[in-house]
Amino acid sequence: MTKTPRFWRENKNRYNLIGVKCGSCNAVYFPSRIICPDCGRKSMGKMDKFKFSGRGTVYSNTVVHEAHEQYEMQKPYAIALIELEEGARVLGQIVDCEPYEVQIGMKVKSTFRKLGQDGKSGTIYYGYKFVRERE
Amino acid sequence: MKKVAIIGVGITPFGELWDDSFREIGIKAGFEALHDANISSDDIDAIYVGNMSAGRFIDQEHIGALIADYAGLAHNNIPSTRVEAGGASGALAVRQAYFSIASGMNEIVVVGGAEKMTDIGDVEVNDIQSSAADQEWETVFGATYPSLFALMARRHMHEYGTTREQLSSVAAKNHRHGSLNPKAQFRREIKPEAISRSPVVSDPLRMLDCAPISDGAAAVIMCDMGIAKKYSEHPVEVIASAQASDTLALNQRKSITEMLATKIAGKKAMEMAGIGPADIDLAEVHDNFTISEIMAVEDLGFFPKGEGAKATLDGKTTIGGDIPINTSGGLKARGDPIGATGVAQIVEIVEQLRGKADKRQIKDAKIGLAHSVGGTGSSAIVHILGVGQ
Repeated sequence: MTKTPRFWRENKNRYNLIGVKCGSCNAVYFPSRIICPDCGRKSMGKMDKFKFSGRGTVYSNTVVHEAHEQYEMQKPYAIALIELEEGARVLGQIVDCEPYEVQIGMKVKSTFRKLGQDGKSGTIYYGYKFVRERE
Repeated sequence: MKKVAIIGVGITPFGELWDDSFREIGIKAGFEALHDANISSDDIDAIYVGNMSAGRFIDQEHIGALIADYAGLAHNNIPSTRVEAGGASGALAVRQAYFSIASGMNEIVVVGGAEKMTDIGDVEVNDIQSSAADQEWETVFGATYPSLFALMARRHMHEYGTTREQLSSVAAKNHRHGSLNPKAQFRREIKPEAISRSPVVSDPLRMLDCAPISDGAAAVIMCDMGIAKKYSEHPVEVIASAQASDTLALNQRKSITEMLATKIAGKKAMEMAGIGPADIDLAEVHDNFTISEIMAVEDLGFFPKGEGAKATLDGKTTIGGDIPINTSGGLKARGDPIGATGVAQIVEIVEQLRGKADKRQIKDAKIGLAHSVGGTGSSAIVHILGVGQ
């Protein structure tokens, strides 16, 4: 089953880590929301696009050994919740390191990668993953 | 608002029921409950069915009408409504029935919960389970349903020092309880060491931290308390029903070591019942993973935050302990046919409050709590049942 339209409409945000900033309270959100959960109606029309730097720290992590079919070839792989330096958290894979190297507090930065594709000859999806930021 | 009673319960064995179809298990549980309540199909005003994903598990939608039809109720043209809230679908069906009776619209209502998960392969099942999480911002990046709970477990370990041994004690206890439940999917004790050694699903969670894939159905008959005595000598009263929501995706929550929806639904339910956690004699909580039970017993107020895991290892939540949790075996050992689970929890509490739980019986149980979760904590529903109020 192709999921192209559902994926395509979020391409810009997934390619560039674009979320929103509430013009009323300055809170940042990823992914985008139409309304700020804290400000409600006051935030209507004031949720401006906001590009995250992609830098952050690991808030929690896991290593996936039983994967969904399209990620079978990648297992075991690291998944983490990353706290971005601007404040929002985002879920993503951590690549280019041993999955068990990942730890809470580790510094990471986003990178542009292939996420998956529809079957053998379907559309390829791209978006963010994270790599370890070496100090 | 009218008081609401439960006058009948029914449940199929949970497990891999390859010989039975979805419609068969749904009807079996329903008829057992009708028989238990000693009512006929003519007495029923409405049906609510909890079901998460028949459309994907068996390619069948329109479950409300299907169940009414195969229960032989199509000729009575009884309204039948299917309800969905991920893993809390069954509990939400109970809550809808509660509303319809409390409001005075209906007098006698059948609540069913059913899921048929083994008609398709495991890989597809995992995919469907994860659809209760955020498909656009979680699973698309390779997150599986267990991996989201693994993130919670890892953080809980980080913040509170929760250990592997403590996680295993949850599953070991629930298997021990399940061994006493003839309807349970797993009726065999498992040593904690075997749980700690089982294959990794998503680190730190292992296979025996996870509830199984199950087929099964459960049903309860609910009615206006004013007429309950006509059908049952000892009706069980629903003394509270509460529900709360939270964000769909885990990354949007301030804390991932608690389920805020559980805390709020639990608090609301206890306020409605006019009781506190110490007044509750037993609880069925949503242990789809071992970490989920640890968070639930903390969030419901049975133990302070960070002490649920130690309390479990110390035996405080076992049958005979301070607050027995999941006497049925829970989702882990009784089984977790998603839509049936919330209703099955009510069945267990009713049997306990009736004093009919056999080897699992909690002595003098008067008040029991049932707690269901949808997704990673995006929906939580709490019911409190009582006798002799």
